[in-house]
Amino acid sequence: MSNKHVFRVEGLVSGYENKTIIHGIDLEIPENKISVIIGANGCGKSTLLKTMAKLIKPTEGDITLNGKAINKYPSKQLARTVGILPQTPVVPDGITVADLVGRGRFPHQTLFSGWTKKDYEAVEDAMEFMNIIEFANLDIDELSGGQRQRVWIAMALAQQTDILFLDEPTTFLDITYQVEILDLLTNLNQKHGTTIVMVLHDINLSARYADHIFAVKDGKLIAEGKPADVLTSELVKNVFELDSVIIQDPVSATPLVIPKGRYYVND
Amino acid sequence: MIKLKSDSSPLDKNDRHVPKHFSIILLAGFILLIVTVIASLVLGARVVSYQELMDGLSFQNVDSYGANVVQKRISRTVFGLCCGAALAISGVLMQTVTRNPLADPSILGVNTGAALFVVAGISFFQISTAGQYIWLALIGASITAVFVFGIGSMGRGGATPIKLVLAGAATSAALSSLVTAIMIPNLYAMDQFRFWQVGSVGSGSWQSIIIFIPFLIVGIMIAFISAPALNALALGDDVATGLGVRPGLLRAFAIGAGVILCGVTTALAGPIGFIGLLATHSMRLLVGSDLRFLIPLSALAGAIILTFSDVAGRLIGSPGELEVGIITAFIGAPILILLAKKSKVRSL
Repeated sequence: MSNKHVFRVEGLVSGYENKTIIHGIDLEIPENKISVIIGANGCGKSTLLKTMAKLIKPTEGDITLNGKAINKYPSKQLARTVGILPQTPVVPDGITVADLVGRGRFPHQTLFSGWTKKDYEAVEDAMEFMNIIEFANLDIDELSGGQRQRVWIAMALAQQTDILFLDEPTTFLDITYQVEILDLLTNLNQKHGTTIVMVLHDINLSARYADHIFAVKDGKLIAEGKPADVLTSELVKNVFELDSVIIQDPVSATPLVIPKGRYYVND
Repeated sequence: MIKLKSDSSPLDKNDRHVPKHFSIILLAGFILLIVTVIASLVLGARVVSYQELMDGLSFQNVDSYGANVVQKRISRTVFGLCCGAALAISGVLMQTVTRNPLADPSILGVNTGAALFVVAGISFFQISTAGQYIWLALIGASITAVFVFGIGSMGRGGATPIKLVLAGAATSAALSSLVTAIMIPNLYAMDQFRFWQVGSVGSGSWQSIIIFIPFLIVGIMIAFISAPALNALALGDDVATGLGVRPGLLRAFAIGAGVILCGVTTALAGPIGFIGLLATHSMRLLVGSDLRFLIPLSALAGAIILTFSDVAGRLIGSPGELEVGIITAFIGAPILILLAKKSKVRSL
């Protein structure tokens, strides 16, 4: 299985109706790695992710997959290589876990093929991978937030794409579930070589789980690279307008950002 | 917190993607359908005998009164089944596209648009036959749908469900005042329109069925073809886009099919309410939200409910008959309230 893909963004300008949010970004997504986009609220990190995933039409610039513009691919074909889990998907009421995960198979099915053995296997594998087999026949409503998020990721996995975008997959989850989700995504990356690009809020978890960090400020890419190289107190000051001390994470030996507020500073 | 059900043995892996008891529900549906059809042929102001039924069905002794009645009822029944199925599918499509569990063709203003054109036709062009109604109603329904869709697509995010529903409601209100304005000064139009306005399948002739069938086939085909994509769309536009669906295009297609189905039915039988809601919600409770199963079952349920209502109307109104539109409203309204109260009406 060839999962080598070159995904490149050049001169990207994007946003909503008369409001430009991304002001010219160039980047290349590192293959088979986990990349995390960090930045302050409203800096455009989510817009960048959505534009790369074709959810927003760019006003200027090129987004290419293996040298071909992503909007030149037939949409189903693109969806077999690039998948996205957006931040607020709609849960149809009364849908079972297996049904929801199965809907991720859409791009692999044609009008006449219907459900094939491959589809059933992919759904089964995805549910097994996310540890949700035991919930397969339950309604989504019966699950907790963390379990639900695992179901959504399983749906994205069932899509079996080599590149997977995730928009804040850990938001609203307890720390336990955040770590669990990020562990599972790391598993996915290591086992299948899936290229993962996600937006995360927690900068320290980003530093721990990312192979590569894209730091975005005011719609521009201001730094990128390995967390250990990129995450400095200057960068944190620049991106988040926050004073901080960077130490080494005693668990993962990655950078750990200790914020400095106005209070409780011993000096 | 999680009730672990012991129903995830490896044996039923593939069954997970087929609703529980699907085949039983389907079988029960077909049995009910047959019973309803027989009832529709036999019952009415005049109850026919077994011999007359057989004569009518086999086109023997067609001179006898009973056999004649049966033959009339055959076309009426077939017409009723078509109307029921068409309205139910139209309902599923509109509900899915607008992500509004209470969406009915009427919510997008489609019914009112059809009515306006029919009234204008009666009033200004003295139109009075089904063959002419159908085109007027279809044109009216389509223009309204395009208009509502156009307004609903303006602004950020395109044709979102909420904008579609609002545009539909506003358009519907405006159009129905136009209908009244045209009708009130014109007695002839009012008479004609009144007859058409209460939905009825009593006028269902082979001629209307022949007009109906091509539209029904096109509508059903679009519904079946777009079912998997609509399943993806139900997860939100973003997820759907990520799965390779083009939401705008898909919505236009599905609404198109919904408009054709509902427009033609409305043209031929008059506005018949509640079928789209009743059929789809009862089936949603039974088989869940997967449209690959929901669409055919809803069509079956719609056909049964409408035909059954027609029979009930004939019995209650005997020796005359109550129009089916009145019966569906009578059956539909309380059941819907009941469903809503039990909060079992599943939102999309």
